[in-house]
Amino acid sequence: MSVTSTARLYGEPVIELPLDLYIPPDALEVFLEAFEGPLDLLLYLIRKENLDILDIPMAPLTRQYLEYVEIMRSKNLELAADYLVMAAMLIEIKSRLLLPKPPAAEPLEDDPRAELVRRLLEYEQMKKAAQALDALPQTGRDVIAISVWIEKTLSERLPDVHPPDLAEAWRGLLHRARLSRHHHISREELSVREHMSAILRALRERRVLEFGELFQPEKGVAVLVVTFLALLELARELLVEITQSECFAPIYVKLRHEQPV
Amino acid sequence: MNSPFEAKRILEAALLASPEPVGLTELKRLFDDEVDSDHIRGLLAELKEEWSGRAVELVSVASGWRFQTRVEFQGFIERLQQDKPARYSRAVMETLAIIAYRQPVTRGDIENIRGVSVSGSIIQALEGRGWIEVIAYRETPGRPALYATTRKFLDDLGLRSLEELPPLEEIAKTIQVEPVAPPQTQEATGTDG
Repeated sequence: MSVTSTARLYGEPVIELPLDLYIPPDALEVFLEAFEGPLDLLLYLIRKENLDILDIPMAPLTRQYLEYVEIMRSKNLELAADYLVMAAMLIEIKSRLLLPKPPAAEPLEDDPRAELVRRLLEYEQMKKAAQALDALPQTGRDVIAISVWIEKTLSERLPDVHPPDLAEAWRGLLHRARLSRHHHISREELSVREHMSAILRALRERRVLEFGELFQPEKGVAVLVVTFLALLELARELLVEITQSECFAPIYVKLRHEQPV
Repeated sequence: MNSPFEAKRILEAALLASPEPVGLTELKRLFDDEVDSDHIRGLLAELKEEWSGRAVELVSVASGWRFQTRVEFQGFIERLQQDKPARYSRAVMETLAIIAYRQPVTRGDIENIRGVSVSGSIIQALEGRGWIEVIAYRETPGRPALYATTRKFLDDLGLRSLEELPPLEEIAKTIQVEPVAPPQTQEATGTDG
């Protein structure tokens, strides 16, 4: 692959980066959108220049990379963030390469570029894998899953209905009708307003009544409920006062205002 | 009992009637489980052979068998469709590739390999397609979700298993080109040299 890998590790790069890589600033935005990030851009620079990825000449690569980042900074800050991290990494690697090494140190083991190379290779591998995946025929995009038309209306299973079901449904209807009729009538017979008047009448005679005295249990639950509602309504309308001195003490109901008789 | 001829036609009808792949277990139910798997596989192979040369082919994917149009006709079919199926962006495909080949992976793993942040919309696109799913959480701070590819992913790409994914390009090959013993690219991936 890398045919002209003539770059030297700690020396000057033999190949000068050709100028054809220069992209006018106007086109740079479009150009950079074609890249999936700093690794992608680096790979492009390396492959384009036939640089040996395992022996990257850091100086020219960093220089060229930084030129792009510089223009990007003025264009798209958000995009540049990822690229800036990479720029820092490149500069760090370059500076570590420049530092003199103790003679005893194993140069290859210490190559600060190793991690970058590993990441570049791993990314390139995945990038190619993505292309290979994309080349596979995709259902919906390249092939269509076949299904012939079936007469579903004929074969559709509708729920079964038996005569007893109908009878049951009718009974239910009747029952509900009876309930609502009962309810309807009781509203007439046991109107809240009527009981409000009854309470007021009783209070007019006795001034103060104990809570229990207002109710007539022998007339049934419905009357109890309506009486209670009537009492609440009276309290809401500030016609009666309901008092209790302490918990579980008797509750007293009295007229709130003296009413002219 | 059905004659072999009938059995094959029954399989054909059942497969043609289903847009989803039909698995062997389901196909056996067509015959009240009285036909064994090997026999059905044989019939499916014959069926596949019978349909060769037609515009529709019988293929085997992860979830079973299904009929589909041949790739070469897609261009024509698209002429009749209002909107052409969109292609996924490179970002989506690279994310998918990393999940497919390196699964299970966290979003952080993906970002490390790609060198850029992975937007939520990429993950959502792949999840929405039913191609990836969260299968666990890594027991590290933050408990990041671990993603893996689904069976639908295999089905939709016409694969029977992950082993059928296109093979990864060997990193080692690049290293061998280098005459000088290269850095100990502490990459264990394929040191078949």
